[in-house]
Amino acid sequence: MKKMNELRVSVVPCSANPIQFDETKCIGCNTCAKTCHCDVLLPSTVKGEHPIVAWPGECWYCGACVLQCPVEGAIRLEHPIMNRTKFVDAIPEPTEK
Amino acid sequence: MSEIKWPYANEFGQEEHIESDVLVLGGGIAGCFAALSAARRGERVVLVEKGATVRSGSAGTGFDHWESACTNPCSKVTSKEIAEAYVDEQDHLSNGIAHYICCEEGWDRLEDLEEIGGKIRDTEDEFVGADFRDEETKLMFAYDYENKFTLRVWGKTFKPALLKELKRLGVKVCDYTEATALLTAEVDGKKRGVGAIGMDTHTGKIRVFHSKSTILTMSRPARLWLFNADLPGLCEFRPFNSIGSGHAMGYRVGMEFTMMEKSVRAEFSAAGSSFPPYSAGNNHNTWYACTMVDSRGVEIPYLDRDGNELKTVKERFYPAPGQKFFLKGGVIDEPKYEYRGPETVPFDELMKRGYKLPFYADMSRLPKQERDVIWGMMIGNEGKTAVPVLDYYNRRGFDPAKKAMQVYGTGWTSASFSDDERQLFGAPGGIMHDWDLKTNIDGIYAAGDQLFGSDCAGFAAATGYYAGRKASAYSDTIELTPYDRKQVDDEIERLYAPMYVEEGYSWKELNWAITKCMRNYCGAIKNEALLVQGLDLLKSYREEIVPQLSCHNTHDLVRTHEVLDILEVAEMIIEACRMRKSSSKTLNFTRSDYPEMDPSEDHHFITIHKENGVPVRGDIELDYFGDLKSEYEKHNQDYINGGKK
Repeated sequence: MKKMNELRVSVVPCSANPIQFDETKCIGCNTCAKTCHCDVLLPSTVKGEHPIVAWPGECWYCGACVLQCPVEGAIRLEHPIMNRTKFVDAIPEPTEK
Repeated sequence: MSEIKWPYANEFGQEEHIESDVLVLGGGIAGCFAALSAARRGERVVLVEKGATVRSGSAGTGFDHWESACTNPCSKVTSKEIAEAYVDEQDHLSNGIAHYICCEEGWDRLEDLEEIGGKIRDTEDEFVGADFRDEETKLMFAYDYENKFTLRVWGKTFKPALLKELKRLGVKVCDYTEATALLTAEVDGKKRGVGAIGMDTHTGKIRVFHSKSTILTMSRPARLWLFNADLPGLCEFRPFNSIGSGHAMGYRVGMEFTMMEKSVRAEFSAAGSSFPPYSAGNNHNTWYACTMVDSRGVEIPYLDRDGNELKTVKERFYPAPGQKFFLKGGVIDEPKYEYRGPETVPFDELMKRGYKLPFYADMSRLPKQERDVIWGMMIGNEGKTAVPVLDYYNRRGFDPAKKAMQVYGTGWTSASFSDDERQLFGAPGGIMHDWDLKTNIDGIYAAGDQLFGSDCAGFAAATGYYAGRKASAYSDTIELTPYDRKQVDDEIERLYAPMYVEEGYSWKELNWAITKCMRNYCGAIKNEALLVQGLDLLKSYREEIVPQLSCHNTHDLVRTHEVLDILEVAEMIIEACRMRKSSSKTLNFTRSDYPEMDPSEDHHFITIHKENGVPVRGDIELDYFGDLKSEYEKHNQDYINGGKK
């Protein structure tokens, strides 16, 4: 009979770090892990600790985890460096065109 | 990387049987409204969602425009006018039925949302006196302020409200369950949908959904031409896990699709080629009608459809002299003269006139209410803008009254792609259906982005609700039909197979290979030899690579199932491309071996479905749906006469 693989997992790193926790604020409720529709978070199995961002490359950057988090500032979204849109001081209309 | 303890139970080999009158596959806006309408009719409803319904789907974290709400109390247009304009706009290769439903019932769905706790009016009086606000109803409008048929809404409030209401009505919501296959039976020589099979994305448990009717609301295919193994989550515009599994499972059981040969040059979101949607400066959709300036600060003029320069910001929101209304947003990119609204001078003309790159969207030059409604209301509710754009850029010091956001690329797409990098955008192909939103298989209905020619969240809500009541009516007429156990066993074997391969290929390697195949053999320019070679390559993947796909947990297993669906859809698209033996401007479809553009004998819907594993072509005339208003009324007397709730 064929043997099924044992369940195992490790963090699959990528070039970006989309989801960051503030350990001083996170209460370890796992709401973010239960919200992410791309399933990039694994719930923490240690009481009070934040979930593990196991598949950061699969983040769609929708911010649902932040929207649903019950503690302001406990979880933060950060875009990859290349995706930070540039903005400048508004340029005045030139007096002579 | 060190191993983490797998936090979920191992439930491989376990099965759960769930019966319903109406089964909804997909928990986005369309799926939630389908479930809502069926539950209101007293049906036993089950909703299956791969993620978590509270925020899942393309509009899970919000949307800002509700298009074509022609029956809202301030509207000056009729459903007939706008739906027919949409059909005409796309040279009749358009979904008249769904557009009419969207126009006629969209406002009813907004009232539903308001009733359950969604915000559709400026109840806090933030925008009193604004040109876009109706003072009596406090409704706010976008684009055409004269005709008032596109609403600005607080879509961020919608999904949690919908989920709460579904639970209150007793809908069984199965989150983190991927629907993978449809169950069918033969009844009196005709195929009937009798349910579906799914897998718990965390535990591997199989769920067999036995139902009288089924509604497909699983979005549209993606990751067909675009992939990046480092940041796969950023490959496409719609959610990472919305990749066309609904299309794949339908195609496998003989469902009929149309316009699958249509694709457009990619516009958004391939990792690295684009910026967070709606963050880059532009003057379309959410940003309409922002003032645009060049690098010297010289303002870029807006023109009306006749090329007359508009002198004021206010004029950007009104039809041209002699024009009844204009169309903007959603699928409307470069509309025909009749429907064309105000637009900035074309890019090439700006270059000729000496305007200097880079360009910026400069909200500081807008009247305060127009500025505040873009940055703070529209950006803040549209798609993924609340956290990734509004909060993010505010935190970085962006102040719309003092700063200007850069424009990338050469237009509102905010990115540069090659012609061979394609997406299913601009009202792409999808499921063919009748006036009940029923597919060619009895008992199976569809809504939202799975329909051909789909667009926007209002479209998803209206068609979802409509499919829900049609499926309910069907369920009321039949008993549960037994399903064939062999279909379940075969599907379990297919789903679990990669868990038996100890070492092998990853889903990423195969997804990347499929997208390269599609760019090479089904890119901008198509011909028979290329398409056949593409199919041959995909077939080699199916035979040689698929049996060697390997997984060690359910997360990767779900991703692997997705790529198997992407492979199925890729084959369908190439076969559909082979069937159209001419080129078509409307369908963005170019064949070097059949260069004639839109010949009259081919100007109709070509459909594709599989019979005994072989793709079969069908031909359906344009306007098969008949006169939109009278056909709608014929099919919906119950709804018109008091059945709205």
